[in-house]
Amino acid sequence: MLSRLMVWLLAGVTLAILVALGEVLPSWCVFLLVTAAAKGLAALGLVLVIRTGLLSFGQGLFYCAGGYGAGLLMLWGGITDMTLLVLAGGAVALLFGLLTAPLLASYRGIFFATLTLALSMLMHGALTKADFLGGSDGLNLHSPTLFGLRPASAAEAVHMLYLFSSVLVVAVAVACRRHFDSLRGLLSLATRDNEIRVEYLGASVSRVISENFVAAAFLGGVGGALNAIAVGHIDPELAFWTTSGEFVFVAILSGYLSVAAVFASSILLELIRSFSSQYFPNAWQMSLGIFMLASILFLPNGIGGLIVRRKACDPGKDPA
Amino acid sequence: MELVTTILIDGLIDASWIFIVAVGLTLIFGVLNILNIAHGNFYAIGAYAAANAVGVYYSGAGASMPMLGLVAMTVAALVVAIVLGPLLERGLFRFFYHRDEIVLVLVTYALFLILEDATKLIWGVNPYYAYEPYGLFGTVSIGKLDYVGYDFFLIGMAIVIGILLWLGLNRTRSGKVVLAVIHDREMSSAAGVNVTKIFVISFTIGVFLAALGGAFTAPKISVQPGLAVMVVLFSFAVAVIGGLGSIEGAAIASLLVGIARALAIHLAPWAELFIVYLAMALMLAVRPQGIFSPTALRKI
Repeated sequence: MLSRLMVWLLAGVTLAILVALGEVLPSWCVFLLVTAAAKGLAALGLVLVIRTGLLSFGQGLFYCAGGYGAGLLMLWGGITDMTLLVLAGGAVALLFGLLTAPLLASYRGIFFATLTLALSMLMHGALTKADFLGGSDGLNLHSPTLFGLRPASAAEAVHMLYLFSSVLVVAVAVACRRHFDSLRGLLSLATRDNEIRVEYLGASVSRVISENFVAAAFLGGVGGALNAIAVGHIDPELAFWTTSGEFVFVAILSGYLSVAAVFASSILLELIRSFSSQYFPNAWQMSLGIFMLASILFLPNGIGGLIVRRKACDPGKDPA
Repeated sequence: MELVTTILIDGLIDASWIFIVAVGLTLIFGVLNILNIAHGNFYAIGAYAAANAVGVYYSGAGASMPMLGLVAMTVAALVVAIVLGPLLERGLFRFFYHRDEIVLVLVTYALFLILEDATKLIWGVNPYYAYEPYGLFGTVSIGKLDYVGYDFFLIGMAIVIGILLWLGLNRTRSGKVVLAVIHDREMSSAAGVNVTKIFVISFTIGVFLAALGGAFTAPKISVQPGLAVMVVLFSFAVAVIGGLGSIEGAAIASLLVGIARALAIHLAPWAELFIVYLAMALMLAVRPQGIFSPTALRKI
């Protein structure tokens, strides 16, 4: 377990490195990091759920809710400030999380996975036919601003968004690290190991699951809003089950022990996607599948298991 | 009245192929406890293989004996099942049986990703057409409307498959052995049942049913990338509504889904997909074990 001082120190160093990288990396690379940050935030949410021993195949629901929340606030409300938009996206997704968590908290295993899948597909089905929200084509967004600053060029806009998402990612990462090490965070792992023991200790399993699920919804919404602002477009595909599948890929590859590993996996996903789609356009999903199988077989605790060792952890314990 | 008939017939036609695919999914889940996300890929591969078989057959001997095109399609599905079934069960899934059931879901998701691209690498991204068998049974007039005879052939085929599966499982010795394995893997193994063999055979039959569904819908559609993604959702919905592992449930649920879709298409087109997922979500919320599955006893 890292000490509090160590966490802040690491966060400061990481932020400094990210800011410095933003100055030297080419624009396409910076954009890739922004999209990886958006996906990573949503996947980090999924990791919170996985820590309680559940697998959600519907994280796309919140990613989509966050994207539409931010997008519609921009188009209908005329707000362009990225801080407000991202917070609004998170808030909309949080609302969806609060509505669905009481229902989902009593489900386990494949029933939890299929019900989350069904809920996100409901969202997808509804949005596809909602013509006032752009139907299946979705909507195009305007360019964002930051604290009243309007970027002069496209490259500057990407750079501004990159700085914003770097601060956001580091802040969320610190919060999650603190949560992982807190009593509540450790209760999640205890729930995953043995629900009955947790109940006997006097804690409420369904409360642990609901809290993590709602937090996951918020992070999904924040990620979705960031992605919507970066790409400048929202459409129902954000809630399609294959989008949720990408978060599952990132979460499984990273494991549930390390926060940094989630963003590393997310960057890896974006790198595989952009390089494969350029050189092997019909084989990039295949490489994802192979990575995922290899991870399940050889790294049951994901990349994070290489960084953080879980004490007294059964080495054969499953990643989800 | 005419509208009601149309909706019922359209629903039945839809239900027929959905049932064939979904019953394979439910069989694999029942026996092996695998919720197979890659099931839609077996459907897609079956459709591609059948499109190839139909193409080869009708450009050669097919002109003189057109009905045998149906045999060519069945053989194509059989080849897919015999190649993929044992290969995947023995070569992949068996390494994960001692792990959590959710890990198996992840493995099938990885397999879905791999097969999605493998299909594109083998058959390319351009659509295939296998329309010849679609005209084999002419047209059928019901009221003022004409229907394609082939669609009724599909309904018949689904009924026959359902009955054969039910009889096979409930009235034959080997079927009862499969039921024993479903009920308790360890006890069956202790009683001398070769569980490995049952696993390979059941998985292969499941793959065959998916491939068969794909093969026989190929003449109705253009076979192209993206089939698997949608089909797996429909079969998930049917399997979940009917109760995972239940054949009777899958039959009733296919009818429900088929008719619900037909209702939506005719009366409220905006709800076509929505209604299927709504039914799935409601069923999970109210009765997660599905219509037919009895409440599972907890093993201590």
